[in-house]
Formats: sequence, C-alpha cells, structure tokens
Amino acid sequence: MKNNSVTPDEKQIDRRIIKNKLAKGVFFLGTLFGIIVLAALLIRIFTQGIAYLDFGFLSNFASRRPEDAGIRAAILGTIWIMSITIPVSLILGVSTSIYLEEYAPRNKFTRFIELNLANLAGVPSVVFGLLGLTVFVRLLEMGRSILAGGFTMSLLILPVIVVASKEAIRAIPQEQYDAAYAMGATKWQIIRTVVLPAATPGILTGAILSLSRGVGETASLLMIGAMTFIAYTPASVLDGFTVLPIQIFSWASRPQAEFQAVAAAGSIVLLVILIVMNTLAIIIRNNYSKRY
Amino acid sequence: MKITIRERIKKNKAKQSYQNTIEKAMPLLFFLMASLSILVTLGIIYTLLRETIMFFTHISLFDFITGTEWYPFFENNPSYGIWPLLSGTFTIAIIAMLVAVPIGLASAIYLSEYASDRSRRILKPILEVLAGVPTVVYGLFALTFVTPLMQTFVTDLPIFNALSPGIVVGIMIIPQITSLSQEAMNAVPQSVRDGAYALGATRLEVALKIVIPGSFSGIVSSLVLGLSRAIGETMIVSTAAGSTPNLGFTPTESIQTMTSYIVQVSMGDATFGSTIYYSIYAVGMTLFLFTLIMNILANHISRKYREVY
Repeated sequence: MKNNSVTPDEKQIDRRIIKNKLAKGVFFLGTLFGIIVLAALLIRIFTQGIAYLDFGFLSNFASRRPEDAGIRAAILGTIWIMSITIPVSLILGVSTSIYLEEYAPRNKFTRFIELNLANLAGVPSVVFGLLGLTVFVRLLEMGRSILAGGFTMSLLILPVIVVASKEAIRAIPQEQYDAAYAMGATKWQIIRTVVLPAATPGILTGAILSLSRGVGETASLLMIGAMTFIAYTPASVLDGFTVLPIQIFSWASRPQAEFQAVAAAGSIVLLVILIVMNTLAIIIRNNYSKRY
Repeated sequence: MKITIRERIKKNKAKQSYQNTIEKAMPLLFFLMASLSILVTLGIIYTLLRETIMFFTHISLFDFITGTEWYPFFENNPSYGIWPLLSGTFTIAIIAMLVAVPIGLASAIYLSEYASDRSRRILKPILEVLAGVPTVVYGLFALTFVTPLMQTFVTDLPIFNALSPGIVVGIMIIPQITSLSQEAMNAVPQSVRDGAYALGATRLEVALKIVIPGSFSGIVSSLVLGLSRAIGETMIVSTAAGSTPNLGFTPTESIQTMTSYIVQVSMGDATFGSTIYYSIYAVGMTLFLFTLIMNILANHISRKYREVY
C-alpha cells in the first residue's frame, strides 16, 4: 500500500483550500485598507492642526495672519444654520414619513413620491445649491442669508430624514396598532399616542445622523454664497454667514502651508463635533429604542 | 351641577365633530407635507431649465454639446464646449471606481462571507466613520497628504492633479459600495449557502458561485450609485484637482470637473445675468441629468433583475 502518495483528488482539494485561504487574505486586506486610510487621515489631520488649536482659535474671527485666525464666526454660523434646519427638516421629514407609512394608499402617486425621494437623495448637493441660489436667494429675495442657507440645507437632508423616520415607524409591530384600535382609538390618536412615542428614539437617531451630515456639508452653502470672511456675530436670520466646512475650505485653498495647518485645526473641531453627534445618536439608539 | 342626558349627548357630539375634523385634517396636512418633496424636484428642474434656456439664447446648444474647448473667462471670443468638463469629471470617476470597486467589493465579501460576528461588529462601525468624514476634510487630506505621497511615485506630478482627488473620491465611496453590496449579499438565504457547503464547497467557491450571482443586481446597483456619487462629488475636486479644463484622460494633470466649475464661478463675482452666470446652470443641468439617469438605472437594475428567493 502506498500511504504517502497523494491522489489527484486530494491534490485538487488542497489547491482549493489554498485558493480559499489566499482569497480570504486578499478580502481581509481590502477591508483593512479602509481602516488604514481612516487612521492615516485622522493622524495626518491631527498632527497637522494641533499646533493651531487653542482657545484663541475658537474665540477669534478669521484673520489674514494664520496665528490669529479663528473659527468664531464659523461656529456661530453653523449653530444659526442648524437652528433653522433642525425644525424645518424634522417637521417636513417626519410628516412625510407619517403620511407614507400610515395614510398613503398604495397607488401610483404614492409610489411616485417614494421614487422621487429616492432620486432626490442622489442629487448632488451642488445642484441643491443652485436651487437655493435661484429660489431662496433671488426669487424669494432672502439674499445670501442664514435663512436661505437653512432652507437649502433642510431640503438637502430631507430625503435622509424621511428614510430614517420611515424605518423607525415601520419597526413598530402590528400588535401595538391592533391593541390601540381595540380600545377604540382613531387613526390620529394612534399616531399621536402610539406611533410617535414608539418611533421617537429611531427618528431622533436618524435625524441626528442626517444633521451631522448637514454640519459637514459644504458645496450647497458655498453655492448660495456663504461668505468666507465674516468678522461679526450674526444677529438675525437675514444676516450673512459662514460655516465651519466653508471656513476650512477657504483656508485649505490658500497656497501657504500655515493656512493649511489652520484648516486642519478647523477640521479637528469639525470632526470632534461630528463624533459627539454620532455618539449621541448611538446612545439614544442603544438606551431608548424599544425592542418588541 | 347636574348634567342632563341631553346635554351630555350634545357635548359628546361636539367633541366628536371636533375629532372628526382632526381625523380628516391630519391626513391632508401630512399629504401636503409629503407632496412638498415633489415640489422640491419640480423646483430643481424649473430652476435649471429656466436659466439653462437663458444660457442657450447666448450660446448655441450645438456648440455646447459638441465643443471641445471650455474657456468661459476669455474676454473676447469665450468658448463653451462641455467636453473638457465631462472628460475631467469622468477622469475623476474612473480613478475613483478603480479604487472603490475592488476594495469595496472585497470588504463586502469579507464582511458577509468570512468575518465572524465579533469582527463584523468591530469593522462595520469603523467603515461607517469613514462614510461620515466631511468631504471638505477629505479634500484637505487629498491636497496635503495624498498628493505629496503620490509625488514620490509619479515624478513631476503637479500640486493640482486628477490622480489624488480621484483616489480620495474612491475612498469616500468605498463605505457606500461595501454596505449596499453587503446588504444584497445578506439577502441570499443561508440555506442556499448551506447546500453548497454540504457539497464540499469552500467559502471562496460559495462566495463566487452562489452569493455573487445571487446578489448580482444589488451589487451592480451599488456600483452605479457609487459612480453617481463620484460624478457629483464637489469639495474634494475643488480643493485638490485645480481648475484647468483639460480634454482627454489626463490623471497626472490639473483638470476641472463640472462640479468644480460651478463652485469656481459661484465663488468669484460672476455678474448676475452674464453668460458665465447662466453657464453654471447649463453645467448643473448636465450634471443633474447624468446623476438622475444613473440613479434611475440603479433603481431599475436592483428591482428588475433581483433574484427572488
């Protein structure tokens, strides 16, 4: 008997197993690539910008000298824009999702609304900027103001909020509805007392995530003419504004290396804000969402 | 105070009619809110169309579609041929897809077929963070890290080039391709996989011969959506690709995309009503049409060719 010899079949099996192991390695490297890039990006931005990051950076206005430059106007502008975007996009988004999930008949028009929302989500933000520029800035004569910026931003993140809210509403089990109906509740009573309370954590999580996208959004606000040099505190929604990402962009597009370091410092602040928002969303999702 | 039965009925009726009004009013209100999203689309189309038509009263449509020179800032005899901007846009998109398709699909296969539950729970959130990095930060990264890095490989690479923003746009769309493809792969039922395993297939064979064919429509649609995002990406190219309209596939030169042209004009002081002012709408319209077609295509592919288990 020849114990040591390998049959052709076994050889083939070995080959297949080796192939599988190699492929696993390649796929794993692919996954690792994203993580390495993320690490490189964070380290790079951090080491580049940390030297300019101090209290003065947060409290100063933008300046021609890199060491005096700050993001006060940008931070305030972001807060102003968000104070318009949050209510407008939430009211529109949640109402739309309630209509689609609770009231809408299964007809062509409903499908059209849904398809339209899906397509809106894919429209480049710079096109939303053109819309804002034409409709809000010029047609409705809001000027290059916080109001115009806030409305543009609301429309931009509307599709994302609708998708998140729809998912949150859909997660509520039918039994909850049945129980409420059995008690004699009407449709609106059910929405008010069953659906909305149960869906709130999910809606909030989705809303915070989409708003964090809005905080980092640049192109559309650039289009409606968010000024890059603002040395005053906005006092009303009709004032001009700049936001953090635009301030970063204007520094990054200067040729001097110092300003690019300042841009990196601004990026650190922006990333910290986004991390805080995302953590908040995760906390809400983990602690307040009900499991049925 | 004593309430007679009659009064109580009356009261209840009043309450009921109030409730009835609310029951009827709320759906109408929500319907109006939902219809607003259609109004937004109409607004976009109206805006783009109106100003684009104005543009074509200055410049002929034929010159715009067939012209190979884009020099809007020339004082005398400016030329508005869209091709250099299209080629810039697609140069970026091609480089981005070369990066994002292999890496995005590799991670999707790894996460869906190889990774343990535990490592998936660690890896997925990290990829989600990558998706949450603002594009302006990616732009800064492309300009101050990827370009110098590439300059060590490619000699004479100018500061502004198509290569490094292209790579970074690719990195930006990796998470989207990964998560959408992985979702499609997850939709392939475990029982089908188990059948193949029972016949002695390796994980690689299951992935290539069972899972990928079964989720092909979802994978293709995720790639088309990724491409559409690469075409519409603005800030990375505005920061790192320069502003030189260049015809042809020139990765090592400064280029201009449709999006970065729109940004360039809106940052400068294009006089309201000038040809340059209207030109951003014509370019925006072109961009909108391209991304719209791709989104509809992606939707169509994933609906029409989906394997139903």
